[in-house]
Amino acid sequence: MVQVCVGGNSVEKKIYVHLNYTVPCVRLLNATHQIGCQSSLSGNVGVLHVLESEDNLDWVLKSGPNPPYLVILESPLFTRSIMMKLKNGSRRVAGVVVVAPNANPLEAFSPHTTCPNENSGVYSEDYDPALAHCNVTVWNPFGNGLAYEEFDFPIFSLKDDNDTHVIRQCYMEHNRAVNGSTPQYPLCAMQLYSHMSAVTNTATCMRRNDIDFSISPEMVCDPLGDYNVWASTRPINNTAKGHKMWESVVIAAARLDSRSFFFDIAPGADSGVSGFVTLLAAAHALRNATQEAPPNRTILYAFFQGETFDYIGSSRMVYDMQNNQFAVDLDNVHSVLEIGQVGLHTESKLWLHSDPVSRKNSSVLFQVRKLIENLQSAAGGLNISMDEPSVSQPLPPSSFQRFLRARPIPGVVLEDHQSAFSNRFYESMYDNAEYLNISYPPNMTPEEQLEFVTDTAKALTEVATMVAKALYMQAGGSEPQLSSIKADAQIVTRLLYGFLVRSNNSWFQQLIPSDLMSHLGKPTNFYVGVTQQSSEPTLLVQHLLANLTGSTVNITQENCQNQREDENDKENKHVGWHTQREGFCIRSTVRLSKALSPAFDMREYTSKDYSTWTESRWKSIKGRIFLVASHDLEVNPSPHRVKDNICKADLTHLPSCNGLKGE
Amino acid sequence: MTAAVFFGCTFIAFGPAIALFLFTIAREPLRVIFLIAGAFFWLVSLLLSSLVWFISVQISNKDSAAQQKGLLIFGVVLSVLLQETFRFAYYKLLKKANEGLLALSQEETMPISIRQLAYVSGLGFGFMSGAFSVVNILADSVGPGTVGIHGDPQHYFLSSAFMTMAIILLHMFWGVVFFDACEKQRWWAVAAVVISHLIVSCLTFQNPRYVASLVPTYVILFLMGIWAFYAAGGSLRNLKLCLTCKDKDFLLANHRPR
Repeated sequence: MVQVCVGGNSVEKKIYVHLNYTVPCVRLLNATHQIGCQSSLSGNVGVLHVLESEDNLDWVLKSGPNPPYLVILESPLFTRSIMMKLKNGSRRVAGVVVVAPNANPLEAFSPHTTCPNENSGVYSEDYDPALAHCNVTVWNPFGNGLAYEEFDFPIFSLKDDNDTHVIRQCYMEHNRAVNGSTPQYPLCAMQLYSHMSAVTNTATCMRRNDIDFSISPEMVCDPLGDYNVWASTRPINNTAKGHKMWESVVIAAARLDSRSFFFDIAPGADSGVSGFVTLLAAAHALRNATQEAPPNRTILYAFFQGETFDYIGSSRMVYDMQNNQFAVDLDNVHSVLEIGQVGLHTESKLWLHSDPVSRKNSSVLFQVRKLIENLQSAAGGLNISMDEPSVSQPLPPSSFQRFLRARPIPGVVLEDHQSAFSNRFYESMYDNAEYLNISYPPNMTPEEQLEFVTDTAKALTEVATMVAKALYMQAGGSEPQLSSIKADAQIVTRLLYGFLVRSNNSWFQQLIPSDLMSHLGKPTNFYVGVTQQSSEPTLLVQHLLANLTGSTVNITQENCQNQREDENDKENKHVGWHTQREGFCIRSTVRLSKALSPAFDMREYTSKDYSTWTESRWKSIKGRIFLVASHDLEVNPSPHRVKDNICKADLTHLPSCNGLKGE
Repeated sequence: MTAAVFFGCTFIAFGPAIALFLFTIAREPLRVIFLIAGAFFWLVSLLLSSLVWFISVQISNKDSAAQQKGLLIFGVVLSVLLQETFRFAYYKLLKKANEGLLALSQEETMPISIRQLAYVSGLGFGFMSGAFSVVNILADSVGPGTVGIHGDPQHYFLSSAFMTMAIILLHMFWGVVFFDACEKQRWWAVAAVVISHLIVSCLTFQNPRYVASLVPTYVILFLMGIWAFYAAGGSLRNLKLCLTCKDKDFLLANHRPR
């Protein structure tokens, strides 16, 4: 009887080392393209190679004797030129692993395109051809567009920890070519699984979703989307949708989401968090003033989700307003103030961007000038200076552009950059707390860190005070109240800590209902995700906004959950209720509105007007390393190789041979 | 490590046994039945020994490596003794069954001799033992990786396959010698079979020093083969006649009746 160990499949343990923390890049599809990465159904196997420099690519692409290779890149080598070369040599490349560094790199890195949301903003050929396609200003000059390329091998990201150490050691022992000699078998290899079910474009995958062959139909993709969070200073009747007489609304907008090259990592510090934290603090600062001396117009705070992917949230809200599906409609909107990226203001200077085309209309110009005057005077006495960029410069990518697409509304977008972004890590995994210079003195407990007011928090508090005062004046509020409007630096620093450092802290735990507590803990991820899964930021912002703008009411928990003031109060049309832990109830006007692109409701999956982004589904995402003992890594031909053979044999008219572009 | 290793190791381990089955057993239904029954008896012995093993592991101290190693040695010895006990039990069962078969059948001679039963039951034990030794390992050999990332020696799959082949053939030889010894009441031969089984099983504790475990096993295989040959009634004269195709008994026995 051969000796067999007790406990688990010990033969498998002798062969494979499973990787614990694997972050893949996934496939996203829109009306015309598919982007992201794909692996074969049974995983991609490749011999490990740690890339030393760009010249070393020759080994992988031409001279290495044991293709296919799985290339391990340190983050400085994760550049567009190397990735494009690997993409072109994909027959010899089985996959790429990027080792995420512990500190941000020195050089800029942005996987987004140079002109974000180019075709879904307001600047098109019809509106003003001179301003379309970033002809005047290239907003994201450091963008290398990697996140919008299509790769047919898997790309994973690993942290620089034990697993990576094992990988490097395995490579050093077995795979290194010493003095020009070829490395001998057995060689160290890795297998990565990230097979994506959807292909080609959104129309194809939504059609395949509808195929009903079996009892349990297989879905292949899901639309991206979530919920927008909105609230108003005066309760607006939400059951009666459409135009409201005598209601004039000033919209204060910010975006919630962000993204990066890899799935589910999106710290979004400057591109998202700085904006909505400022707006939350401004809403809190306005709470008392708007309740004691309500201004003429209502201020509507709107936090949009999905803006990274062709303005999912704001396009949906504008669509709802146009079709009388929202509490107000576009005729009620007086003006818009949007808070963009405000976290990096060097020399404390902020810029007020507005749209040059709509300003040609004199009444719009008048309103915009008034709004800018309000902002300038609100900044008086604070440590901020504000300026306007040149008159002919268009708006940066912002949710306000979707409102302008519907009709010329006066509005201003607040940013920390004059022309191109000052954010060097726009929509990348390095746009984190470290980039905003949020640092704490050493040896602090998490509770102390939560309460410590950082310099960044102080700066953002000034901005929030300025925004609050400007909104109050824009809404027609009276002068005497202005001096009492001040944002609370404590709140701002807690918000920054909670969203950028650690969401599982005592303040958030007080605000979130206990049944949703399990969502906290991991670093907050601002990727919008698919509609079925509500994302953590939406939840947090909803409850935070309720807490910061609402008032506590002393009623029983049951009444609170049934949204009534007492037993006699059967109707309750325009306020929302929240239950909190430790039994207190808050009455506020916070609501969620669906942020799903109208293209999916109208079933126009090739729409050019609305976002058509979907995310593919997958079965399993994992990776493992092991030794291989012969050069026949794949005895059975993989579908990849079969496809290549078919494509070579003059059947190139098949769609799969032409790079899978649907046009 | 891909399909090549999988098929290679399967054929190494089971090749000789399957060849023996196809050429000598597959045509006779009675032999097939007794082979399967023999396999079942081995399975029951494994069930009992694994029950004892499972209980003793639960009772023991899981953290102490020395205790676990001692437990393993105890498990191996117990299993060998149980297997041989069941071989003896099968022998007794077959003796009883033979008398019954004789009463039932209409011919005057026994349809299957005790020597054929010895061979067939030994092979049955061998098949089942080989299956349990190697199928787990074969399942893992299909994947892309091979043993070695933690420093284990590389020839794990190959050595397991060769060991399994040796064990299957050894079971067959032990069966022949054992039954013959029981017929002639030679208890020292029975003890020799048990002791050689114990030696071969304990040689596997030498793994991963595969040479130290495989070479002695094959030496014992060779010696047991010669012993079984003589125990089954073979001799140098028979061998010469068979090899030069002049053995009249053999030719007559394979003559098809008209």
